[in-house]
Amino acid sequence: MDNPALTPERLLETTTLDEAISYLLSEYADAVSLDDREGYQGVIVDSRRLVGIARVIRDDLGFDYLSSATAVDYLGAGDQMEMVYHAYRTSGGGALVFKAQTDRENAEIPSLTSIWRGTDFQEREAWDLMGIHFPGHPNLKRILMWEGFHGHPLRKDWREAYYEEDLKPFDSRWPGGHVHRAEEKNVFGKNVTYPPDIDLGRLIDSSETAVYQSLGLGVDVERIMDKDGFETNELVVNMGPHHPSTHGVFRMVLTVDGETVTSLEPVMGYLHRNHEKIGERNTYLHNIPFTDRLDYISSMGNNHGYVLAVEQLMSLGRKYNRPTYRCEALRVLMVELSRIVNHLWAIGFWLNDIGAFFTPVLYFVQERERILDFFEAVAGSRMMCNYMRFGGLFGDLPERLKSVSNLTNDRVRDYNTMQFLTEMINERVPRTIDDLERLLTQNEILIERSVGVGVLSREDAINYSAAGPLLRGSGVDYDIRRADPYSIYPELDFDVAVEAEGDMYARYRVRVTELRESVRILKQILPRLEATAGESIWADGKPGAYAPRVPHGEAYGRVENGKGELGYYVVSAGGRGGSSNPWRYHVRAPSFINLTPMGIMSRGYKVADIVGILGSIDIVLGETDR
Amino acid sequence: MDVNLQELNKTEFPVPAELENNIAITSLSELYNWGRRNSLWPMLFGLACCAIEMIATAASRFDFSRFGFEVMRATPRQADLMIVSGTVTKKMVVPIVRLYNQMPEPKYVMAMGACASGGGPFKEGYNVVSGMDKYLPVDVYVPGCPPTPQALLHGMIALQRKIDGQSIANGDDVPWYGVGTAEPTPVPVLGPDIIDPRQMDMIRRQAEAAATDMDSVGVRELPAATQMVAARVTAGAAAESEAAPVSQDALGFVLPTGAAPWAEAEDIREKRKLRALARKALRATRRAAAAEEE
Repeated sequence: MDNPALTPERLLETTTLDEAISYLLSEYADAVSLDDREGYQGVIVDSRRLVGIARVIRDDLGFDYLSSATAVDYLGAGDQMEMVYHAYRTSGGGALVFKAQTDRENAEIPSLTSIWRGTDFQEREAWDLMGIHFPGHPNLKRILMWEGFHGHPLRKDWREAYYEEDLKPFDSRWPGGHVHRAEEKNVFGKNVTYPPDIDLGRLIDSSETAVYQSLGLGVDVERIMDKDGFETNELVVNMGPHHPSTHGVFRMVLTVDGETVTSLEPVMGYLHRNHEKIGERNTYLHNIPFTDRLDYISSMGNNHGYVLAVEQLMSLGRKYNRPTYRCEALRVLMVELSRIVNHLWAIGFWLNDIGAFFTPVLYFVQERERILDFFEAVAGSRMMCNYMRFGGLFGDLPERLKSVSNLTNDRVRDYNTMQFLTEMINERVPRTIDDLERLLTQNEILIERSVGVGVLSREDAINYSAAGPLLRGSGVDYDIRRADPYSIYPELDFDVAVEAEGDMYARYRVRVTELRESVRILKQILPRLEATAGESIWADGKPGAYAPRVPHGEAYGRVENGKGELGYYVVSAGGRGGSSNPWRYHVRAPSFINLTPMGIMSRGYKVADIVGILGSIDIVLGETDR
Repeated sequence: MDVNLQELNKTEFPVPAELENNIAITSLSELYNWGRRNSLWPMLFGLACCAIEMIATAASRFDFSRFGFEVMRATPRQADLMIVSGTVTKKMVVPIVRLYNQMPEPKYVMAMGACASGGGPFKEGYNVVSGMDKYLPVDVYVPGCPPTPQALLHGMIALQRKIDGQSIANGDDVPWYGVGTAEPTPVPVLGPDIIDPRQMDMIRRQAEAAATDMDSVGVRELPAATQMVAARVTAGAAAESEAAPVSQDALGFVLPTGAAPWAEAEDIREKRKLRALARKALRATRRAAAAEEE
């Protein structure tokens, strides 16, 4: 061993990131090489030895938490497909990025599900959208599109029905004053394309059979379905995509033995609206309003993660100014208010699921509406705030809040902004949280329903890449605001909420504590806002480039959003003066990956508990399906 | 509910003043519609972001129960109104059509928000249906992304007005007052792409034409830049080494000179910029000329 830092006394798990990389490079020189493309980081691993080296990364080097696994199609730039993995330590610190490459024609990369079960859905997504095979994957089926769909849409040479031009902004759709719509150019007049050899005579809709076939590992669905007579007590139950308790168009297929769930398969993609494909054609700025529509309960947090990722890329170039202090303080203000909204909704809807139908929600909505009024006055929209910009914000706080569309409740019509905020943060929100706790935390019915239900162990939580309250409710002290800090969080005083039990009740407790911690952060933000009043939100006093030219490279920006770790993996292809459109734009969605352990969390519980367990994960479908 | 008989009295027959609060003379359609417009039950059915605003509209602050949208029913069999609240994807339109077929008549569909009305910001997405009206008859469109609760309430009141105008006597106006059972909307099929059974014949013809003449129909052309790259990939590395003038940009993207994938876009942008500058200059000279004249 050449590296002096790695003496036998010093455990590999405590080495720094650079030492870990140099360890990999020196120990596995034949299989690991440094990724020396400009603006790239981490190492490239020979895909034939990927599983072994991933085990070393997890066990020996201690990078036990695989945050994200995604694919990139480098058509025209080496012509290979690449899987990119971001591994972190649950003790904190930066990412060990490792990649595996394969050719485009017979794309095949060994599955890492044996190392991190959290890659399960992510590899299925890479198969579905990119067409990469993962030998060793237990259930490699399409996940967002349906089984039988033609092609792998995220490949760069895949054609869309509405293909107009390579990149936005498009040319005018009104050339010479004549309107032409995209669908009119398509012979079918619709957003569809069919392969030329389509045989409509023998058309089979295999999407449903595929769902039931993929159900559970080792469950013989055919046998269950074929049984005659009354002797069977095993049953396949389908919940969703239209179901009041699935928080949108989510679907679960479960097998039950009497009332007890024996296996559960999440089925998704009913809201897959092609966020990433659209994002690759958009300019960087275009994508900000699209991020609003990911986790539509907390759009501010989504904005934040995305601008962080693009700012990382921009900082590689020459012209880049960091956001000002006031800008950072405003960002934290908005994000923490979003977190309060998110958790109030999460708790409210979880209560719906376990039987307190809509009464508690009405009380939480009251507080949410006030926060939304504030957002509306500042950003112009209640829900889709579209507030953050690269290196700055859409605008500063107005002097007074004047609600525009709000006609039914005029109490916020004309109000001093800081007074409104102070009152909300010091009085109203804490009062709501007190009420909530008084009514719920020691509530006998709630405890009866939630203690010991939906248990996820600490080991499983890490291995399944769970994030957010789901991870912290299982006793893992991991909050990105502390573990891998961003913005001005290092100087703010707050605690990470952790509960050890790993059941529904623990997740509820984590959310309540986080509500209180958010209020604590907001109380620290208020004096900072007052101290920086009048300061510009832009580094040089005027708005930065609206359509930035982003230098060549990759970036992974992640934030602790209400639902968990929200990450954006953005690749810029560079070019003359930088690119204005991302080459690859991937969202590591907490709602999506948090569903991976749904199967093991529900096994052995009753059907009525399943809706509660789903509610305690807190998903939002815009983000799950993207 | 407090019945205002004077309001219901819609005929020319005079009612004596002392009986005005006791009897009303009206048509059957009026009475029927009056009952129906004030007890529309929406289906508890949310698709995307708009669903959150729909819940906000149902909640205490906006409270659409005030307008007779009393309760949301989770089952289509008890619902009169389907609020399509969000992006309709190809995967989801199948269950939506099935749900619509399960709703008892008379039934109404409201497209809430930009996506349900016409695809919205996600229209170009490969899994997105560009508007609910591609499959179901939509009665009211509510614009917005998402529509505010006020906008949704406005849409609901617009639907009530629409119901007011419908007549039991006129079968063309509302199909469900006619004779016999209505045909269910055919459920789309998830094949290689979504297939609307009503269009089977057309698709078959197009597909046959496409099989004989690949260029004409059915298959979308790749954009020029991607076509070029794809052609190079299939041509293989040997051909690439032959092509002499090759430039390499920072990423290692190998590009034939003058024909980079983004070069075209760059050129277009450059031209656009020049045009804009020319316009600006023209305006400036005009302004100067105008000032001189003054």
